[in-house]
Amino acid sequence: MDVNTSLVIPIGLSLVAVRWLRQLLDLPTRLPRLNRLLDWIWAPGVALLALSVGWDSHLLDEVYQLFIFGVVLYVLLRCQDHRPARTLVLALAPFVAYSLVELLVAAFGKSLLKSYDDVFETSQGFTIIWLVTFVLIARNQKKHLERERLEREKEAEDKRRIEAENSQLERMVAERTATLTQQTQELQHALDELKITQDQLIQSEKMASLGELTAGIAHEIQNPLNFVTNFSDVSAELVQELLEEQQRPDRDPDLEAELLQDLKQNLEKIHHHGQRAASIVRGMLEHSRQSTGERQPTDLNQLADEYLRLAYHGLRAKNKAFNATITTFFDPAVGSIEAVSQDLGRVLLNLFTNAFYAVQKRQEAAGAGFVPTVSVATRRNAQGDIEIRVQDNGTGIPEDVRQKIFQPFFTTKPTGEGTGLGLSLSYDIVTKGHGGTIEVESAAGQGTEFIITLPA
Amino acid sequence: MMKILVVDDEADVRTLFEQRFRREIRSGQFAFSFAYSGEEALDYLHAHASEVVLILSDINMPGMSGLELLRHIREEYPAPPPPQVMMITAYGDQESHDQALRLGANDFLTKPVDFAALKAKLAAMEPHEN
Repeated sequence: MDVNTSLVIPIGLSLVAVRWLRQLLDLPTRLPRLNRLLDWIWAPGVALLALSVGWDSHLLDEVYQLFIFGVVLYVLLRCQDHRPARTLVLALAPFVAYSLVELLVAAFGKSLLKSYDDVFETSQGFTIIWLVTFVLIARNQKKHLERERLEREKEAEDKRRIEAENSQLERMVAERTATLTQQTQELQHALDELKITQDQLIQSEKMASLGELTAGIAHEIQNPLNFVTNFSDVSAELVQELLEEQQRPDRDPDLEAELLQDLKQNLEKIHHHGQRAASIVRGMLEHSRQSTGERQPTDLNQLADEYLRLAYHGLRAKNKAFNATITTFFDPAVGSIEAVSQDLGRVLLNLFTNAFYAVQKRQEAAGAGFVPTVSVATRRNAQGDIEIRVQDNGTGIPEDVRQKIFQPFFTTKPTGEGTGLGLSLSYDIVTKGHGGTIEVESAAGQGTEFIITLPA
Repeated sequence: MMKILVVDDEADVRTLFEQRFRREIRSGQFAFSFAYSGEEALDYLHAHASEVVLILSDINMPGMSGLELLRHIREEYPAPPPPQVMMITAYGDQESHDQALRLGANDFLTKPVDFAALKAKLAAMEPHEN
């Protein structure tokens, strides 16, 4: 039996080549159908092997080898968009061409093969070197592509991770923003409530100071009302006397004229004291009213005088035995200035109340011989600014306390007697409300002076 | 004639008293003098000590209070007969009342002054005088 065993080598070669192609070109995914066909690459070889039994087939192996090359070339061309495939086409082309020529020469012109033996030998060597070189290049390209692909995959992976992180971050930012927004709203709410509370505190401080004044106000109203009542009564008497006089046969015209003159005078007095009471009531209402913050022409001297009396009688109402010397100096040049009179009134009231409180405290300690004195002086200084000085010879303010007196809720009075808001509000009214300054000079045990300066 | 010194920081008190007691003044029954502060009253008393029989003083006055004036009067004029002193106040509280009596006030009146009652008190004082 004569079997052409030389066919076995190309069959093995074909299997190796297919395997190698699959690996290199990733055939299962790139060309799945062709890939399945390639499983049968050995079939033609085995068929030829079977056919070769019994007849001359010395060129069959080469034919079969060419067939394999053809298949490989075909596969490569199908994959020509893949760079290593193109390189391999280039690598194989000369070798396949040589093999074809050699086969043709071997089949049809053996003499030619002999005479050009060297040329064939050289060509074959060249094509093999060429083949090996380009196969290596293709492998490099494949490796290179693989690396690129891995890099791309890594990049894509990175990108995915970054995107995931980004969305995670965005979610965290959104959460944080929501938290912050909520906190802001809570703070805003708290701030609003604080503002409302502050307004209520200011109002209650005002009412508290009004409460302190009630007795003073009552006294201040009682005095003019007494006059109104008394002058009305006495006027009735005068009228009665006048009527009686008119009934007499010997009327005294001088007496009648005098009575009429007195009546006229009394009516003026009644009017005057009625106005006095009315003005006090008006002042009280103004004091308790929510300040409009509108500046109006205000007679500072009159304002200071009014509140000085109110403060004095307010304290007297609480401490009947208390008495103080009050001195006033009102500079007529001060005149009327643009001010929020309710607010400035509160400042003055506060300073006077404090002054009387201080002299009263010192009197309690010093006893007889001490003359409690509170004085108020106004003046227009050289720059045209208005100065109001409220001075007392009371207990004075020690240095460490002096630094805190304008702070809200600071008070040296016993609990329940002071809100601690008086001077702090006064400070705001003078500085923020009127663009002025309020200063304090004091010596412990000797007295205190507050100086308010208001711009002209 | 009974000489009366009225002490009050309200100036209109003068007009009021002069009109309320117009008949008594005209008839020469009473003679009124007026002082507008405790200090002024003391000055007046220093000048007219023996003349003044009755002093009507407000308690609540700036400067020297009515009670202080009373103390001065009792210190300076102890000799018999001491002047009668009536205190007047708008605050009809017990404390001032007690203090006034302790300092030697003869009577205590509240504002608004009831002139009919005052006249009755003055009338009651007159036989004392004589």
